[in-house]
Amino acid sequence: MLQIRGLTYEVEEAGETKRILDELDLDIQDGKFTVVTGPNGGGKSTLAKLIAGIIKPTSGTILLDGEDITEMSITDRARRGVSFAFQQPVKFKGLQVFDLLKLAAGKDADLKFHEACTYLSEVGLCAKDYINREVNGSLSGGELKRIEIATVLARGTKLSLFDEPEAGIDLWSFQNLTRIFENMRKNIKDSSIIIISHQERILKIADEIVVIANGKIKQQGEGSKILTSITGTPDAVSPCAKYTEV
Amino acid sequence: MPELDPIQKRLIAEIADLHEVPAGAYNFRANSKLAGRNTTANIDIISKEDGSGIDIKIKPGTKNESVHIPVVISASGIKETVYNDFYIGEGSDVVIVAGCGIDNCGKQDSQHDGVHRFFVGKGARVKYIEKHYGSGDGSGKRILNPVTEVTMEEDSAMEMEMVQIKGVDSTIRKTTAKLAANAKLLIQERLMTHGQQKAYSIYSAELNGDGAAADVVSRAVAKDNSYQKFDACVIGNSACHGHTECDAIIMGNGNVLAVPALEANNVDAELFHEAAIGKIAGEQLDKLMTLGLTAEEAEEQIINGFLK
Repeated sequence: MLQIRGLTYEVEEAGETKRILDELDLDIQDGKFTVVTGPNGGGKSTLAKLIAGIIKPTSGTILLDGEDITEMSITDRARRGVSFAFQQPVKFKGLQVFDLLKLAAGKDADLKFHEACTYLSEVGLCAKDYINREVNGSLSGGELKRIEIATVLARGTKLSLFDEPEAGIDLWSFQNLTRIFENMRKNIKDSSIIIISHQERILKIADEIVVIANGKIKQQGEGSKILTSITGTPDAVSPCAKYTEV
Repeated sequence: MPELDPIQKRLIAEIADLHEVPAGAYNFRANSKLAGRNTTANIDIISKEDGSGIDIKIKPGTKNESVHIPVVISASGIKETVYNDFYIGEGSDVVIVAGCGIDNCGKQDSQHDGVHRFFVGKGARVKYIEKHYGSGDGSGKRILNPVTEVTMEEDSAMEMEMVQIKGVDSTIRKTTAKLAANAKLLIQERLMTHGQQKAYSIYSAELNGDGAAADVVSRAVAKDNSYQKFDACVIGNSACHGHTECDAIIMGNGNVLAVPALEANNVDAELFHEAAIGKIAGEQLDKLMTLGLTAEEAEEQIINGFLK
């Protein structure tokens, strides 16, 4: 279980302090598929980076299964079971897809070639075409994204975080990607999955939805209920409908 | 295995990945002496009369054969210049593995300057692999100054893999190439320097015939207080295609100077260069750390991959 208490993150911008996250409290239960959504600039990605340890909070605490991980390094969090799929996958000259999956699975797992292929197949990539490719700019945004997700699958940890898996890929590719998340949800067991997303198809399979705006939680609750309330707001009505009302 | 001591055997394994006598032609040189030689029906190796090196003669049409010519130095204070000439017959397709390993536990400098000249015949294909390596904890320096001259006839192709990953204190690497029509040259350099090492890589490729193409790609890592200079010049004298690329990672107080140069002397010459120098990107470290690696382990993986 992930417990976040009073989490605040501030940055200095043009001599002024800007608060990105504002004393946020949040509990993520085990065995739940949680989708964090909300307007751009609301603090969602910041929250994900704070959980993964990429950035450190100004104040507040993060507890993983009761242990305070707030001051821990990225490595220590990863070793305690936090996995993170970057919004913009990182490229590496020379490192091949197989290398990355082996690193993800860990030294002790000694990932075999056929096991790596299974992870690639799960994310919809033909394993033999990709396993020896370099994780560099020769891969498309969608391919990199799938490989990024495969690294999280290969880790198989108790908390998996995905920062906007839909960002940078076309709608057709994303429709295939949603199947991956549907499968992950089926096999969730006692682990937890947090996805930052705006996509309705992802929101629809959420056990729980958290809406973040202006650095605070605006809504939180059962997926279907929150989804109805979001899609019912005036902001979500199409511009044409608004025009007709006038 | 020819008569080699354990240190020499280790050096051979490092530079040529050889743990036993290779198949095909070979010439082993250890501490300035011939340590073993084998020739085949198609590949002859002849010592130069003045003792300054060897001639490697590959008959036209020789296919799928290899030549290994490793050099190892395990004694301190050896300084040698060796001239090796390769005559690669028309239409042949061969692999040549060279390389030099120096283990210096003494106080005096050990130095091997190898001058390799390649005459690549019409339509011939050559893959050339050259690995340099140094070890030993003596105060004497390990110095390697290879000179490589390549003359390529029409329709020939050559791929050169030049690797120097560890332990060479000082190196000046000079490579020049002259390409006739439709000749293709690909040079891939991998270089890592550490400590107080200095490395100069100087390339010059003249594209003299129409359809000639040269691609010089260097990936380099400069650690600690080491210094590297990459100086690559492509000269287009014809309707040709030339490209140079230097991609370097600097760490600690490492220093890299990239001097890409292009000279077009023909209106149909197409020449490009790219150079990028920088430290390891923070996000690369972050990514590998999210997989459970420490910062040091992540750095090692990134460097290993980069130089692979």
